[in-house]
Amino acid sequence: MLEFLKSPIQTVQGFFILAGQALRNIIRTPHYSQDIFLQMDIIGVGSLPIVILTGFFSGAVLALQMSRALSEYGQVGRTGQVVAITLVRELGPVLTALMVAGRNSSGIASELGSMKVTEQIDAMRALGTDPVQKLVTPRLIATCTVLPLLTVIADFIGMFGGSVVAAMINIPATQYWTSVWRALGWSDVVQGLMKPFCFAFAIALVGCYYGLSTTGGTQGVGRATTQAVVVASVLVFVLTFFITKIFVSGVVNL
Amino acid sequence: MTPDSPPVLKFEHVTVSFDGQVALDDVSFEVREGDSRILFGAAGSGKTVLLKASLGLTRPDSGRIFVFGQDITLLKESQLSDIRSKVGMLFQESALFDSMTIEENVAYPLFNQKAIHCEAAEGRQKVVDALRFVELENTLAKFPSELSGGMRRRAAIARAVVTGPPLLLYDSPTAGLDPITANNIIALIVKARDASRTTTLMVTHRYQDGNLVAKFRYNLEDGRLEHVAGRDPGFDASTRFMVFREGRLVFDGTQRELEESSDPYISKFVLKRD
Repeated sequence: MLEFLKSPIQTVQGFFILAGQALRNIIRTPHYSQDIFLQMDIIGVGSLPIVILTGFFSGAVLALQMSRALSEYGQVGRTGQVVAITLVRELGPVLTALMVAGRNSSGIASELGSMKVTEQIDAMRALGTDPVQKLVTPRLIATCTVLPLLTVIADFIGMFGGSVVAAMINIPATQYWTSVWRALGWSDVVQGLMKPFCFAFAIALVGCYYGLSTTGGTQGVGRATTQAVVVASVLVFVLTFFITKIFVSGVVNL
Repeated sequence: MTPDSPPVLKFEHVTVSFDGQVALDDVSFEVREGDSRILFGAAGSGKTVLLKASLGLTRPDSGRIFVFGQDITLLKESQLSDIRSKVGMLFQESALFDSMTIEENVAYPLFNQKAIHCEAAEGRQKVVDALRFVELENTLAKFPSELSGGMRRRAAIARAVVTGPPLLLYDSPTAGLDPITANNIIALIVKARDASRTTTLMVTHRYQDGNLVAKFRYNLEDGRLEHVAGRDPGFDASTRFMVFREGRLVFDGTQRELEESSDPYISKFVLKRD
């Protein structure tokens, strides 16, 4: 029983040690700002197309489903409201995070994993650089910066997708956008930005952790990549539950 | 070189293990300034672990390691940078950084080692010199993936020697290379050793490699290797061979002693001439 628990506990411990080192390095020199901007470009700009596509279609499909359900109560005019609240509070952050987890947790894990198995991480240490400082912290900062931005974009594109569907089912554009605007309060916006910020930690650190703990050659790189995507995606769902719970139970009052 | 000067590298009863498997088992030896050491051993006998332990990349479970007289066993990662800046290492698969050009790779230790302060122009000159040393001065802007295996190995040697470290570690410098390229690599290692009297540790499984390092010296005047074995007793004594078996040091001696050994495992590494 104890042997069975040993490996997951070691994983959690290793993860938190890495997280601690990465956070501590944010305030320590040297800062690799060039690497931060490079990662922002790769993670942020690189994820734009898929984030826009998923945002648009999730907004559109939400409007389709909701308008049908709402028509039973004669409330089709409130479609915009439902789309806005669902997107900003939940679907926008979660779907964006899942897309970025699929794209970048795997990317980070495979890149760092390959560096690990070809001894580049050891070489980096031998040449006087802390791999956490040089590789993990820039990816963490970059992901924490761009994921909330991507989420805002996804939210807006999703609402736009909803408005396209609304136009198809003869809801006037002004009515749609007015109900969208009226539906959103500050707490929705705060919740909608808190979530991607927390998801970003999970996505970046899980990718880095599995990458840096890769063993066993190219096969190990594949394994690390898969594990990183699975764990990061599951963590996104677990985190969104707890953050929503905190907001719903009114611990954070806005 | 005086006999009393502290050894450049000293292992005292060092044991290293991974997940219960012993990689180095009670290994003790010392290397004096200017000496060359050739390490033989089957795959998995702990040679790479030994090199990594010398840099503090792998921590021993017990025993102590001294580099330039300083005990590195209990040093923290941040305290090791001073020692590491004085040691050059060639990794087995070259370990050049894929995302950087050859120039950036070779310049990396100059600008990232805390103990080394280097101006941009001076650094650039050192990079060009190091690449000229390995005859790769035309590949500055290329990426490692664009080079052949032998060229990558040479670029990695340039990165190891660019700071002029007094101790150089080579992990299987000739593995996977054809005999001609392999001999060129060993010639470079001999050149790096004799150009600045660098202490050298080389892991290899080719006896010819050890033989070249033990018997030849790089002549700075005419830029060629010359056979000096038997003519300079000081030179002959400066190269020693070590053989590892399953983490244990089973042989430590001169080339003659190695060739005369009757142990079946040890004599497998010796190329018999008859």
